[in-house]
Amino acid sequence: MNSVFVYCEIEEGVVADVSLELLTKGRSLATELGVNLEAIILGSNLKGVEKQVFPYGVDVLWTGDDPRLAPYTTLPHTSILVNLFKQEKPQIAFMGASSIGRDLGPRVSSALHSGLTADCTSLEIGDYEDKKNNKVYHNLLYQIRPAFGGNIVATIVNPDCRPQMATVREGVMRKEIFNANHQGVIKTIDVNRFTSPEDFVIHVIERHMEKSKVNLKAAPIIVAGGYGVGSKENFQLLHELANVLGGEVGASRAAVDAGFCEHERQIGQTGTTVRPKLYIACGISGQIQHTAGMEESAMVIAINTDNNAPINKFADYVITGDLNVVIPKMIQYYKKNSK
Amino acid sequence: MKGLKIVVLAKQVPDTRNVGKDAMKADGTVNRAALPAIFNPEDLNALEQALRLKDKIEGTTVHILTMGPGRAAEIIREAMFRGADGGYLLSDRAFAGSDTLATSYALACALKNLKTDLLICGRQAIDGDTAQVGPQVAEKLGIPQVTYAEDILKCTEQKITVKRRLERGIEVVECPVPCVVTVNGSAAPCRPRNARFVMKYKYARATQELQDADEDYTNLLNEHPYLKITEWSVNNITCEPQELGLSGSPTKVKNIENVVFQAKEAKILEPTDEAIDAMMKELIVNHTIG
Repeated sequence: MNSVFVYCEIEEGVVADVSLELLTKGRSLATELGVNLEAIILGSNLKGVEKQVFPYGVDVLWTGDDPRLAPYTTLPHTSILVNLFKQEKPQIAFMGASSIGRDLGPRVSSALHSGLTADCTSLEIGDYEDKKNNKVYHNLLYQIRPAFGGNIVATIVNPDCRPQMATVREGVMRKEIFNANHQGVIKTIDVNRFTSPEDFVIHVIERHMEKSKVNLKAAPIIVAGGYGVGSKENFQLLHELANVLGGEVGASRAAVDAGFCEHERQIGQTGTTVRPKLYIACGISGQIQHTAGMEESAMVIAINTDNNAPINKFADYVITGDLNVVIPKMIQYYKKNSK
Repeated sequence: MKGLKIVVLAKQVPDTRNVGKDAMKADGTVNRAALPAIFNPEDLNALEQALRLKDKIEGTTVHILTMGPGRAAEIIREAMFRGADGGYLLSDRAFAGSDTLATSYALACALKNLKTDLLICGRQAIDGDTAQVGPQVAEKLGIPQVTYAEDILKCTEQKITVKRRLERGIEVVECPVPCVVTVNGSAAPCRPRNARFVMKYKYARATQELQDADEDYTNLLNEHPYLKITEWSVNNITCEPQELGLSGSPTKVKNIENVVFQAKEAKILEPTDEAIDAMMKELIVNHTIG
């Protein structure tokens, strides 16, 4: 039976979190479908890399080990995937919705004429009835994502084309070891056979990668601001509250677009997904775009002047009022009463 | 060096960032009429990169290619007001229902009508956020791509040097031309309209916009050919019809749900000292904070 494939990103020998999260999701879908989970890792010096992915339930690991494959460039990685997919005919293929996956995915989908859904927030298996052609498809991949600025949630299917491709952002799926002793098979890709010399025309002449300064995913408390915060200066107040509580500052897309806050703090479908102990939403209306990235927070406080804001439906505490009044009161009480 | 022929791929999009309460109809579908149509923001960043090359390299031309209904000619005009030389509107019912792949196919077929040295487009459009059309057009044309571009540092007849802004850093790459460059919102914003160009191009129209035009207007356009925005239908491009629109789209929308949240039992507080103190006390007591 046709497998579920995951393209794994690798940076300095370490498989990216987003790839391990996709392996976790891929494993459960492969089990549901009764097929193998296969991973692809392309890069340089890949010896021993299988130890990082087998515990996630990978049955077959494809490695393409060649100095020309790192750092990532579009064309050789595309050629290898296209040729491997033609040979192996996966039914499903996942990639991270990262700057690599969103560069590679569309290129591969175009070459194979297969549908690709970007930034999925949920992936499920189910049936699809094509009423026009009176045809029923079984066990398709439901690719579920907010669309239209987050005002709707669409379920997308690819009835006829394979593989069914989807990208998912880091942090959206959970990362979970399947079985620490799980063993798979390693298969080596003949890089020269699957690429052509013309694939290596792009040269990376400079590269500065850094660990993100902001670690929203690990923060136990997040103070997030939306467009309603009003200005970059007002965001300072959020930073103050976050500092006092030992948390991080996040932002909705509207606040980032307005220039109130840097992009790496964006929470939501097109930003980071977070699951903190406490989420304080300040001046955020709560479009699904945003709430998709925070709805699993253990506790939510919404501070908003609009008492009908959708965010209130997620909240444990709703404070209807001006955040410039409310936040200083919170800071003051906490400073006085915490140990 | 001789001038470059640059085409900027752009899209007119509903302004999903400013969605008001009337944006959704009672039946849960999107009320497009309530949303203003705008120039996709990152396509404006792309236009700026193109105009900068035009400033730098003599003889360079910048044209817009957009696919959409007749009114999408508005963004071609907008680009001309900011310094573009003209544009092409690809418009036909046959394109309706296209997903990203069918859109890319149609655009790639249209681009084969033009001799282009460089294609620039925004990274993604705000109504779909997929970032797929740029790379898919590149693949269909068999040329390389540079995505997430923040600045085009240099462009010669052979290659282009581009600074890319990635999630966790930056990269500078050299890529042979022709190629597709997709530009991030972090790139320089687009210059404003230029009064001289507004005067020159304010009567520029695509064919669909001329249906009710009187004789004076027709004469004006005949005297000033640069006011004609080229419009192509499916008959003006070489393509396989089954690859267009719905039939050319491998992805199908199974269903769409309007977003309805299950309300939690929330405590509603007034912004008074007592209420906020009580809440903070609860949070400290149950170890959520502290």
